[in-house]
Parts: sequence; C-alpha cells; structure tokens
Amino acid sequence: MDATQAIADLTEISSQIEAVVVSDAEGAVLGTNIKGADRAKRVAEGAARLLDEAGSAATGREGQLAQLEAATPEGSVFVVREEGRTIAATTSPDPTVGLVFYDLKSCLRSLAEAPAPAPRKHAPRKKKEVDDGPA
Amino acid sequence: MARPRLVSAVVLAAGSFGASVFYRRRAARRRERVDLYYEDGSMVSLPEGSPAAERLLPIAHDVLHAAQ
Repeated sequence: MDATQAIADLTEISSQIEAVVVSDAEGAVLGTNIKGADRAKRVAEGAARLLDEAGSAATGREGQLAQLEAATPEGSVFVVREEGRTIAATTSPDPTVGLVFYDLKSCLRSLAEAPAPAPRKHAPRKKKEVDDGPA
Repeated sequence: MARPRLVSAVVLAAGSFGASVFYRRRAARRRERVDLYYEDGSMVSLPEGSPAAERLLPIAHDVLHAAQ
C-alpha cells in the first residue's frame, strides 16, 4: 500500500486526526495530507526534532523512545517511529490518546507490509511426439 | 424537620464536590505537557514548566502552526 492511500484510510477512520506526515529515516516526506510541500516538510522536520530532543531529555533510560505526544490547548502533536519510518499527526485538543496511537501504528504497519507477489504463469508444455520406429 | 436539612446538606456537599472535580479536570486540560513512551512499555510525563518540556513545547507549537 502506498503512503497516500494509507493516509487517506487513516484520516477516514480517525476523525480526531487532522494533519498527517509520513517520512523515512532521512526525513524525506513519503506521504502527507497537508497542502503545500513546504508545510509538510516543516511538520516532518519538527517531528524529527521532537524525537531527537525528547531522546536526550530523559537521559539514563535504557529503552529506546518509541512515540510521544505533546499536548497543548491548541491541539496535540503525535509522533510515532517504527522500523525506520516516522509518522507525525496533529489532532484537535484533548484527543483519545490510545486510539490515536493505535491508528498511527496501524498506518505505519500497512506501509511496511510488502505487496503479495504476482502468481507465476507457467508456459504451456509442448507435447513430445514419441517415435516408435518401424514396426 | 431535621431530614430535609440533612438532605439539603448532602446535596450541597455532593454538588460542591462535583463542581471541584469538574473545575480541576478543566484546568488540567489547559496545561501543556509532553508524554514520552518507550519501547520497554514505560512512560515519562514532562509537565509544563519542567526544563525538558520547555525545550519540546515550542517545537510542538511550531508543528501545530505549520500543519494548520
């Protein structure tokens, strides 16, 4: 499934999610529903900065940071990182946190699923004529 | 005569308690925070005013403004 379709499905099932950006490990935008490439890039860069700053915020922890939510009266910013991809989303104020995270992770997993290989077509076998030889 | 007074007192106390819960929850929603979730299942909540949140919240505001 491509990123555009995955994001369209995500915004259809989750009414709380407003803007979404999916980016790869280098920060390149893979898909978004934000109009304007510059704005999408700003959101992706902001999400990456949030993860970097948050990773250094709680020092001494052994585990890797997987996701974060920044809640403000204007709305919330959700960032999830999984298998080299990052998805960032903004929501209205006071969202259902667990549900939003679940939907974002489902979106990332649908992108990670490889498409099923097409069935191989076998060429028709030619019948060999058996020569019995002279009687 | 004592019973209506008791009922009034109970209703007043319950109403006061409910109002205080409603007010505190509403105030909590206005406060900013950053919640961090780790792969081991643990979670850290950084409240508004903490040094780490003061670094993260401006970035979050920037993201929100860019997304609108």
